[in-house]
Amino acid sequence: MDLKTLTYIVVFGSFALYFGIAWWARAGSTSEFYAAGGGVGPLANGMAIGADWMSAASFISMAGLIAFLGYGGSVFLMGWTGGYVLLAMCLAPYLRKHGKFTVPEFIGDRYYSKTARIVAVGCLIIASLTYVIGQMKGVGVAFSRFLEVDYGLGLGIGMCVVWVYAVLGGMKGITYTQIAQYVVLIFAYTVPAIFISLHLTGNPIPQLGLGSTMADGSGIYLLDKLDLVVTDLGFKEYTTDVLGSGVNMFAYTLSLMVGTAGLPHVIMRFFTVPSVKAARASAGYALVFIALLYTVAPAVGAMARLNLMSTIEPSPGQYLVYEERPQWFKDWEKTGLLEFEDKNGDGRIQYTSDKEVNEMVKIDRDIMVLANPAIANLPNWVIALVAAGGLAAALSTAAGLLLAISSSISHDLMKGVLTPNLSEKNELLSSRIIMTISILVAGYLGLHPPGFAAGTVALAFGLAAASIFPALMMGIFSKKVSGTAAISGMCAGIGITMLYVFQHKGIMFIPGTSFLGDLEPNWFFGISPNAFGAVGSIINFAVAFIVCKITGPAPAEIQQLVENFRTPKGAGAAHSH
Amino acid sequence: MTTEKLTYWQRNLRLIAKCLIIWFIVSFGFGLLLVEPLNTIRLGGYKLGFWFAQQGSIYVFIALVFYYAHAMNKLDEEFDVQE
Repeated sequence: MDLKTLTYIVVFGSFALYFGIAWWARAGSTSEFYAAGGGVGPLANGMAIGADWMSAASFISMAGLIAFLGYGGSVFLMGWTGGYVLLAMCLAPYLRKHGKFTVPEFIGDRYYSKTARIVAVGCLIIASLTYVIGQMKGVGVAFSRFLEVDYGLGLGIGMCVVWVYAVLGGMKGITYTQIAQYVVLIFAYTVPAIFISLHLTGNPIPQLGLGSTMADGSGIYLLDKLDLVVTDLGFKEYTTDVLGSGVNMFAYTLSLMVGTAGLPHVIMRFFTVPSVKAARASAGYALVFIALLYTVAPAVGAMARLNLMSTIEPSPGQYLVYEERPQWFKDWEKTGLLEFEDKNGDGRIQYTSDKEVNEMVKIDRDIMVLANPAIANLPNWVIALVAAGGLAAALSTAAGLLLAISSSISHDLMKGVLTPNLSEKNELLSSRIIMTISILVAGYLGLHPPGFAAGTVALAFGLAAASIFPALMMGIFSKKVSGTAAISGMCAGIGITMLYVFQHKGIMFIPGTSFLGDLEPNWFFGISPNAFGAVGSIINFAVAFIVCKITGPAPAEIQQLVENFRTPKGAGAAHSH
Repeated sequence: MTTEKLTYWQRNLRLIAKCLIIWFIVSFGFGLLLVEPLNTIRLGGYKLGFWFAQQGSIYVFIALVFYYAHAMNKLDEEFDVQE
């Protein structure tokens, strides 16, 4: 069977599975729509968090980033896992005990203020929307590459699939589809990695293979060989290459960790478990399921880089003849993500760090995972599986984000502030309508991505880190922080982060309007805009504490409320009032 | 706040502090700040600092989260605040 037919079968087979689950798990009440009825077990929730969390960025982009950044790529590995430690200890149990449906609702209750709730909705929408555009792009790219359909059509199919199970099932439908999507994506990620690790090192476990010797009989360690090969071509040593500077790596890691803990679509998943105990446990399971991919990713990155290098330069100083390039090379050239320019006219592919001489003028990092099975000569069914896995990663995260956006509008803005008399039936209906509108908006933005879409997933973390995380932390760990203080903190944090990003990347990301330029010398302590969320979150904390000192502490009944959610006793299922 | 509740909360805070110190040491400490001296030590083909940054810290994170959940469940029962 040819690759295309096989891919169609695998991809549409996985869609049929999601539809079946959606029909089985349709939501009949707001409690089911927002919190899956509060009856999801910790193991199931951990798996759903894994899929919710691991997006197209984790599945497709991360290993490619690591492949070209080497040690510098560690910021993503530590940043995107370390946040779960914060989440498990500092946020999830108490938010679950409080027992409401959405993050802005918690902020509104704790800070006894509708304004605080509306500000939180604003921060949530800014962070989630930047994030969802990336997922929509991922869906479009996966379709156009693997099924050879038009990017727009692929995007449309993806939107329809999400619409069916997210609108029908709400959180309940999303939860059970995410479990299925986790299985698809982890299988699709690890199977090629096992094959490649086995092929290169003889060790089937990629985490061990990365630390093993090469299977070619040379006895040299894989990482040493990689260091040798890349430095020979003038690139920095793989295992020590720093991203920007030490300070930048520190801030970047912190920003991603704090942002992870502040992302509303992940926090929301903790409202679906039956107890505080289950919330603590599901954070652990989630991290195990996430680590399955995250500890394999560095092996995928390093091995893909090595495979690429040895394809282009089969033996030292002996470059590949362009006419003899392998099929995957030709396939990716067609997409424009891989480009060769014969600068010296010798018909061979020179690949070095010297921009003047380098003939591999474009290697898009995103192709590393997608092309990996082909580079390693794996069978067609593995390639088809990777396509389904990439789609599962993008769709599951998109659904979680869309639910976070639509519930914050229907539950927090409409039911909470604008139309408090909304009946449950109408609230359910309006959240479905808003979900539909959100999907259309996300699809439109995916089709006409604003210039900033590509690199903005990391930015979404910075925004969440600077706004929502500090407000939640202070709300739980201080009984005194008042509504005014929290609102000022959130506005200052998200404001300064956006300002920093705009001054380096352009106002609203319009090129040419950046007033300081996207240049390293102008970066504050050498911190890149993507890493600035850490600074924004410190500013949020500082502003809130100063304002609190001036305007006085929160009232006694709020202090009582805080005491109440600090102990697990008496936690019922999540409820609306 | 009753003294009992206060003690419960302080014990929780101390547990969190203990876990977060380890969290900081393995990631920011071993993975970033001390990476160069640690890289002189080898763990198979891995340089140790590099291993902490790309593998080890993640394994420690998992252990920390499960340890915290376990210790808190015991603490809940000790203070009779479990669900």
